[in-house]
Amino acid sequence: MNVLFDNLGLYGRAFLGTIELFLIAAVGSLVLGAIVAGMRVSPVPILRAFGTVYVNLIRNTPLTLVLFFFAFAYPRLDIVDLSFFTRASIGLILYTAAFVCEVLRSGINTVPVGQAEASRALGFGFGQTLTTIVMPQAVRAVVPPLTNVQIALLKNTTIASGFSVFQAGGIYQELSENGYNVLVGLLWIALGFLILVVPLTLLQRNLDRRWSVAK
Amino acid sequence: MTSVLYDVPGPRAKVRNGLIGVVGTVVVLGILAFVVYRLAATGQFEPRLWEWIQFKAIQVLLVEALLNTLSAFAAAAVLSLAFGALFAAGRLSEHAWLRGPSTAIVEFFRAVPLLILIFILYFGVSQTLGLNLSTYWSLVLGLMLYNGSVLAEIFRAGVRALPRGQSEAAYALGMRKTQVMTNVLLPQSLRAMLPTIVSQLVVVLKDTALGFIILYPELLYQARFLGSQGQLGAPILQVAMVIAVIYIILCLILSGIAQLLERRSRRSPRGGDIDPNEKARAEGGVAAAQAQGGGGAVI
Repeated sequence: MNVLFDNLGLYGRAFLGTIELFLIAAVGSLVLGAIVAGMRVSPVPILRAFGTVYVNLIRNTPLTLVLFFFAFAYPRLDIVDLSFFTRASIGLILYTAAFVCEVLRSGINTVPVGQAEASRALGFGFGQTLTTIVMPQAVRAVVPPLTNVQIALLKNTTIASGFSVFQAGGIYQELSENGYNVLVGLLWIALGFLILVVPLTLLQRNLDRRWSVAK
Repeated sequence: MTSVLYDVPGPRAKVRNGLIGVVGTVVVLGILAFVVYRLAATGQFEPRLWEWIQFKAIQVLLVEALLNTLSAFAAAAVLSLAFGALFAAGRLSEHAWLRGPSTAIVEFFRAVPLLILIFILYFGVSQTLGLNLSTYWSLVLGLMLYNGSVLAEIFRAGVRALPRGQSEAAYALGMRKTQVMTNVLLPQSLRAMLPTIVSQLVVVLKDTALGFIILYPELLYQARFLGSQGQLGAPILQVAMVIAVIYIILCLILSGIAQLLERRSRRSPRGGDIDPNEKARAEGGVAAAQAQGGGGAVI
């Protein structure tokens, strides 16, 4: 108990760092993932090819290596001087976007072609088809796996602690310097992640059950 | 080709698509060209920075690092498959005293970040309990606990996704619980789950890179070491590129196997036993996303 209460401020700051990194990377990866998914389902072959190459490259690269690139190799390029935090955010965004893209793409593909054809036969325009027919159905298929990707992102933020970003994954160093029991300290961090992740998991399961029945 | 989102393009749409294609290509190539320009401008293509590849000692070092990565992967893969099978059996058990703890353990290890698990094993357990775990075993056991839990969910979902009639028929024939599982349910569900299992093994391979953070001498660790050698000109960018290529090739091979298995199971008549909707529903979140993503979404 002492480990937690003596270092309440440290834990607070660390988890705030985690949440900040998570929120930035979540929004960024959703935006970039949507763009890449748009490329992968677009009628333009060359854009589809770029999207496919990007997704396949990133999905087969370890996140640690992506962050490694941004932490150690990026400064050699002398482009703009960015903080470790910003670079870790960019790495997480680039990595997670590939997974977001795949979820979005497979979500769109779950909607049968007949749905859009029927709506066009009824005289709906492209915008109406997309917003009133295709998207409402695609969202049902997309949100549960998308929540999973974001849960994974939340857990992946800890990897940034290997690259000088202060968040929950890095508390143990300070604890061991101050002579606290590291095992207990780390178990508290694990509990912190349980508190963050379990509600998201429950939400995801709930959505999955409700929406898959309706589908 | 038909898609939900657009019709087969007519003449006007073809011109528009062509324009979008040109603009998109220019943007993407522009970004790439800028990166290459910066690489050239900062002298990253100088021959001196690439000379390290020719040294025998460094080649041996990299091969050893690759072997370290692969041995951690192999051990972790085998152990997590065993862990997954054990706890999936526990979760499917009819006895509440087995089911409860198994569920708790699987849920716990899935919710805690892998890196924290590795830290707990390496810094926590070693220091407090006096069990001197090496970096290798900390990494392997951490991978086993996390990926084993994910695999347990995949196994369980696979068995649950089979039509109820399969086990009912087996019971009606007078088989015992174990017989039903080993003779009827597992052979069918393993076929269907194989692509997902292999995708999860890709995740195991990728996650061995976390060993870098606790200084297990795998590929990334050696990349950092070589990249900081002053007499080689500190070629960290170049080393990282080579390491990235190695990782991508290894993972692509595994992903390729997963895709091959998926295509085969889709083609074979007996692989189609499982109604895909039923399967996706029973798989719950984890595996459903994976099955759709193909390459493993439990990153």
